Amino acid sequence: MELTRRKLLALGSGAVALSSLTGLPAFASLADDAIAELTGGADLGEGAVTITAPEIAENGNTVPIEVSAPGAVAITLYADGNPVPNVATFKFGPLSASRSASTRIRLAATQNVVAIAEMEDGSFQKASANVKVTIGGCGG
Amino acid sequence: MASGVKPRVKVPKTASAGDTITIKTLISHKMESGQRKDDDGNIIPRSIINRFTADFNGQNVIDVALEPAISTNPYFQFEAIVPESGEFKFTWYDDDGDVYEESKKIEVS
Repeated sequence: MELTRRKLLALGSGAVALSSLTGLPAFASLADDAIAELTGGADLGEGAVTITAPEIAENGNTVPIEVSAPGAVAITLYADGNPVPNVATFKFGPLSASRSASTRIRLAATQNVVAIAEMEDGSFQKASANVKVTIGGCGG
Repeated sequence: MASGVKPRVKVPKTASAGDTITIKTLISHKMESGQRKDDDGNIIPRSIINRFTADFNGQNVIDVALEPAISTNPYFQFEAIVPESGEFKFTWYDDDGDVYEESKKIEVS
């Protein structure tokens, strides 16, 4: 393959995008505290919860989020970079079909959105998604 | 914020017994987060809807606790099982004590 100037540029910008991915913000302790309060310090499993969020949200005022956890009795959402990490708690009743829900949330800045699901046997499952926010949604 | 609050709900009109149906709800509400400041630098007090529930014939489908991080005009989409004909009842609880209600009937064959 002949390396033209154009191809070289494309390669370079790809590398920049990759390196910026590694610079994710550290987990804020506020959200960790809130999660520990919910679970009572129990171990968090992974795999049973799915969180669907956009990779990049242009407007932090309304970010679509979907959570799903078959067999969960409740799912709690946290945003670790918000002034208040708690976002919402979904409790599922006997007529809930898929133990999933979608909503729209506010994100103050680029951060992780964390879903903690409480399963029927009392254990907890965790999933998180990183969302890059262009314009923050908390009007600081 | 008792004025201008309008709940909107989308529920299918018919379904088969035991079917899973998708429900969409939206309520117009500014969801003041309590984080914003006005022009003079004073914090605008929090005023949000803090709870939303959906029930079918008295049985609970979903019960959501909302925090200020939920966007303006809170929107929820979720799925329910319908064992028989009946009525969905949706209730939103405002910080100021107001309760907004909406109900939708569904025919199950």
